Amino acid sequence: MLEFLKHYGLPIHLSTAGPGIDEIIVLIHWLMFILFVGWGTFFIISLVKFRASKNPKADHEGVKSHLSSILEVAVAVVEIVLLIGFAFPIWASRVNDVPTSAEDGAVHIRVIAQQFAWNIHYPGLDGIFGETKVDLVDEEENPIGLDRSSIGGSDDFYTINQMHIPVNRKIRVDLSTKDVIHSFKLPELRVAQDAIPGMSIPVHFEATMTSEEYLQKMADTPRKGKGLEIVCAQLCGLGHYRMKGYLTIDTETDYKSWLDSEAQYLEEYEDDEW
Amino acid sequence: MSSHTHHDEPFYRKYIWSTDHKIIGLQYGFTALFFLLVGFVLMMIMRWQLAYPETPVPIIGGLLGDTGILLPETYNALGVMHGTIMIFLGVVPLAVGAFGNYIVPLQIGAPDMAFPKLNAASYWSYLVGGIVMLASFFTPEGPARAGWTGYPPLSVFEPGQTIWLIGMVFIITSSLLGSINFITTIVQLRAPGLSWMRLPFFVWAQLVTAFLLVLAFPPLESAAVLQLMDRVAGTSFFLPSGLVVSGEILNVSGGGSPLLWQHLFWFLAHPEVYVLILPAMGIVSEVIANNTRKPLWGYKSLVFAAVFLGFMSFIVWAHHMFLTGMGTAMSAFFQTTTMIISIPSVIILSALFISLWGASIRFNTPMLFALAFLPMFGIGGLTGLPLGIGASDIYLHDTYYVIGHFHYVVAPGTIFALFAGIYYWYPKMTGRKMSEAIGKLHFWPSFIFMNGIFMPMFIQGLAGVSRRLWDGGLESAHASGVLQWNEFMSISAWLLGLAQLPFIFNVFYSMKFGEKVDENPWDSTTLEWTAPSPPLPHVNFDNIPEVHREAYEYSVPGRKRDFTPQTVPKKG
Ligand SMILES: [Cu+2]
Ligand SMILES: [Cu+2]
Repeated sequence: MLEFLKHYGLPIHLSTAGPGIDEIIVLIHWLMFILFVGWGTFFIISLVKFRASKNPKADHEGVKSHLSSILEVAVAVVEIVLLIGFAFPIWASRVNDVPTSAEDGAVHIRVIAQQFAWNIHYPGLDGIFGETKVDLVDEEENPIGLDRSSIGGSDDFYTINQMHIPVNRKIRVDLSTKDVIHSFKLPELRVAQDAIPGMSIPVHFEATMTSEEYLQKMADTPRKGKGLEIVCAQLCGLGHYRMKGYLTIDTETDYKSWLDSEAQYLEEYEDDEW
Repeated sequence: MSSHTHHDEPFYRKYIWSTDHKIIGLQYGFTALFFLLVGFVLMMIMRWQLAYPETPVPIIGGLLGDTGILLPETYNALGVMHGTIMIFLGVVPLAVGAFGNYIVPLQIGAPDMAFPKLNAASYWSYLVGGIVMLASFFTPEGPARAGWTGYPPLSVFEPGQTIWLIGMVFIITSSLLGSINFITTIVQLRAPGLSWMRLPFFVWAQLVTAFLLVLAFPPLESAAVLQLMDRVAGTSFFLPSGLVVSGEILNVSGGGSPLLWQHLFWFLAHPEVYVLILPAMGIVSEVIANNTRKPLWGYKSLVFAAVFLGFMSFIVWAHHMFLTGMGTAMSAFFQTTTMIISIPSVIILSALFISLWGASIRFNTPMLFALAFLPMFGIGGLTGLPLGIGASDIYLHDTYYVIGHFHYVVAPGTIFALFAGIYYWYPKMTGRKMSEAIGKLHFWPSFIFMNGIFMPMFIQGLAGVSRRLWDGGLESAHASGVLQWNEFMSISAWLLGLAQLPFIFNVFYSMKFGEKVDENPWDSTTLEWTAPSPPLPHVNFDNIPEVHREAYEYSVPGRKRDFTPQTVPKKG
């Protein structure tokens, strides 16, 4: 079934959450498949067998057994198993096991959505996010309204539409939005979460493959040469279709050197300013 | 009242300012069919942009500006209007307003609805709502473009939303007036002897539907008024403080919540799904019982399942909101209720399938549509499962998988049932049958092209392609393997449009040239077929019928005919 679904679109996954989510998608499709084939077979046999030309006199009672109750109970049992065995635990780990940088060594990032871009805010070397303030927002100079003078704010940096994460490390994203509802989706990582105005919602995941490895795997497919993207999955205005960011999954060393280059860039930029 | 007064009525009294449930039913029917066509044409335009992005739209391109290209803002607007028109102005008015109005009083042996003037008011309010929606195309701002779900804050900022909300208030008011009328009529005006368990399943379906409408629409009506206030009166029911929109700090008092709207909206919009599907199940049940020549299998379980379905539909709404940041307890609750509600749907569908066993099936046009409904609704229902379970919804939410799912429920599902109903009851309305040959020319292409449109949506959805993309995924990396389906779906959609021409022709052609038939051409048992065809103006029956039997006494062993109408007295 997984192969079937993959053939019909489902991309490979590259996150620790992937197997669980793909498994439940596969199981549900088995349930759907069995019910549909069961019903369908019964349906076609009935249509052929009981057409008026072949069976001119209907049987008033029809099916006398109550076998169908067994079907209904069976569906109910399967659904209970799916819920308790798979759906609830996956959800619980999705919303409860939010890692922190202190305890789990997770990489902590803020993502601030806006029409029609993703602002990715990194805390810098000190690991502390500076404050952001609405009245400091300047779409050209300071789209997230970062207060450089606040504690931990001086070494923060942000990118627009460029998200880098290291492979095999827990990632925590605090998701918010400046204007309307957006939805932060990384299809290949099986991650999706709405960004709701007025709320900051934690999302967490762990990539199991670097972008480079992924691209190698995709070499012979229609996706070849196309990297990973941050999709906006919720209608957010007329630029919704072009709202996308780029996700790069680095090795630990590449990630470090990317952080360094961003810090370097920040310093040069600051020197220019003063 | 004398049954002959109608001869003196002038045209406008008889056909326009009418309080006769049959005329109002026809008014609803023709208006709703017109809107279905409009909603479908909008989609055919959108499908051009999806198949051939950024190329000028043929034929009507001139209306879209100098380039003839469908721009993103227009695409979003057409999307809103397609959804709104199809659901609120097309399918529901046809299923409830037209069939409910025309058939329910006849099936329960009533001379009219309980409140005929309220009934007329309901139609006129609906028509005003529809005209307001259409008028939005001609305003300087254009129609709404924040999704048919109208999620704030976007809907509070985007142009066109005000007129949409005003239109919605009229449409909702119409539904409320209508549903009160249905409940009263079914409770009070059943013919002598027509006890609850003798009601045709269609009447039960309409009764449950009326309760859904009357209980679920008021929250949306309030929500619509609140959103209107957010737009025009500077309130902020749905807006938190601290937003920056297009570089400007949004100056509102704040404190509101965008999620409040979603809760109120889905509190209606989930039951609305059953408002779309229950009347369809009712129609299909009537047609199947009649054309299998045997009683519905498990009538009682059908009734209980429908009532239970109606009740449960009020406590599943938040399965549309799993990704809004929902905690474990709440998501567990809504996943569980969603799985529970799948059981009565399985019961109903199974009962209808089992009804075929032992039958003597007549494959006429209404039956073909009713039969096609079963597997099509089956696909629609089953593909709801991975969306109702949170873990799989994480991946599939807001993709084309969702679009495929609910279109299977509504388009080859409900709309096929509505076609079945039109072909089935047309002789009652006109005294003539619709042409069978043209009917089949309508059915087969419709069946093929419906699947041609919606089946590939599951493939695109599995690939993760988002809904509501102006470029149909052209710019999205993950869509690259499934883009080729866009053209396929679009061509299917246009051919589906072509396949409706025989139907439109048939409706008008058969009024004049259809085969003339007596009052019970299908050899049916239920009460509407004991009334003359067309039924007597404003009283329906010569005498109020008396009911002696259950709804579906077909092929009872030992009887001469294979059907016994409900009005035939039981022997000594
Ligand atoms: Cu967005
Ligand atoms: Cu729902």
